[in-house]
Amino acid sequence: MTWLRSLLRLQAGSARDLASIVLVIAIFQLAVLRQPFPNLGSALVGLVLLLLGLTLFTRGLDVGLFPLGESMAHDFARKGSVSWLLAFAFALGFGSTVAEPALIAIAEEASEVAAHAGVITDSETARDRYALGLRLTVAAAVGVAIVLGVFRILAGWPIHLMIAGGYLLVVSMTMFAPAEIVGIAYDSGGVTTSTITVPLVTALGVGLASSIEGRNPAIDGFGLIAFASLTPIVFVLLYGILL
Amino acid sequence: MISLLEELLRTTGETIRDVLPIAAILVFFQLFVLRKKLPDPRRIVSGFLMVLAGLVLFLIGLEQTVFPVGKTMAAQFSAPSFLGVEAGQSADPAAFAWIYLFAFAIGFSTTIAEPALIAVAQKAESLTAGAIGSWGLRLAVATGVAIGISLGTLRIVLGTPLHYFIGVGYVVVIVQTLFAPRMIVPLAYDSGGVTTSTVTVPLVAALGLGLAESLPGRSPLIDGFGLIAFASLFPMMTVMAYAQISEWLARRDRAERAGAETDLIGSQEEGP
Repeated sequence: MTWLRSLLRLQAGSARDLASIVLVIAIFQLAVLRQPFPNLGSALVGLVLLLLGLTLFTRGLDVGLFPLGESMAHDFARKGSVSWLLAFAFALGFGSTVAEPALIAIAEEASEVAAHAGVITDSETARDRYALGLRLTVAAAVGVAIVLGVFRILAGWPIHLMIAGGYLLVVSMTMFAPAEIVGIAYDSGGVTTSTITVPLVTALGVGLASSIEGRNPAIDGFGLIAFASLTPIVFVLLYGILL
Repeated sequence: MISLLEELLRTTGETIRDVLPIAAILVFFQLFVLRKKLPDPRRIVSGFLMVLAGLVLFLIGLEQTVFPVGKTMAAQFSAPSFLGVEAGQSADPAAFAWIYLFAFAIGFSTTIAEPALIAVAQKAESLTAGAIGSWGLRLAVATGVAIGISLGTLRIVLGTPLHYFIGVGYVVVIVQTLFAPRMIVPLAYDSGGVTTSTVTVPLVAALGLGLAESLPGRSPLIDGFGLIAFASLFPMMTVMAYAQISEWLARRDRAERAGAETDLIGSQEEGP
């Protein structure tokens, strides 16, 4: 029964999370564009699915994903092998990004931009190769980002100096990069971090920071995602410059 | 009903394909490198399945409700007829008030519903024992995304190069870092990347591409990109600002309370 009650409480939380988007869409649709809802029935079914989905997701995070990430981080810290930990960090970053649907979509659009600008020949094989190259570049960038972030937690380096240095690199590379790639590069930083990766990577950081002495999980545990949104910009700009 | 079932199967397949590499990496390192038993494997596996099922339902729900209406709206707001733009005529940036407002509202509301942000905000609240509130953090991030997206649409209208805005934004972030409470900095940096995923990206991309297509002299391929970059930049500023403001409020509150105690009058109010 307590289980049911906690589920209901979560359900109420999810309803609150979704309220604003439902309101915005309803107001703009009815009051500004003055149009009725297309397919009201399926929209209502969809709303129930949204509610259920968000509830299951947040509950599953607490039960499964967070404990898993933290327990693996603890075990890696206890094992004491830095190279295995960094290998895990890279694999997690690379593996979770390479198949990311948002990235696949953006890579395809980018290959069209490149073909348009005459960077590559406008044929299907050339475009596919360019898109795949871009995807691997971004995935490698996220892998490197998680490695850097984990290393920062181990070494206790100040995050703001690293991020500021990264920004400096981005701004100076922008001057040399072809104009067509800049927008895509900047966007690729944001799209790489998916809904499953974020909690897992956060749990990894928090778990590591809490099992290493002298680190505060609330301060040192965060920051991995920040690197994962910065390095893809650098790598994609580099990809644009080199190609 | 049939189409819903088809959608369910398709989305489940896609989500599994998306999650499979991650699961494989986790299992590989757990079994072959760590070689330790998980503390409570059944619980963890059931949690993982709940996350999967939740994500599938959430995605289908988005496809049924938010995406069709949101994308149509993005297209309508950025259509030449709504904007009053005629071919060959340059646009007056002030004439697009509705689209900035729409961008603001859609940025704010999609971010509040973003599952990845909910996850990080929960973690932050439990780690700081409530010093960083989950709801306050999410409101701060959502405000940042809202400002970012409406500025981003303004940029598309003006046609200013993206890196001018981003360059200035970076400088603001770095300066703010020097003054913000130390505890918030990594979290603020993280919030930039966290905000833009499942709910926000498709809607915002539709808005950017639609707007760049409608405006004369803008290419969707070059000017349509960049909204996501804005959406990842501004939350860093608003989250740090949020921390600075709440620190300042707490300090003022403490000073007032200390004043009240020396006076020995007046009732003390407990914060939530």
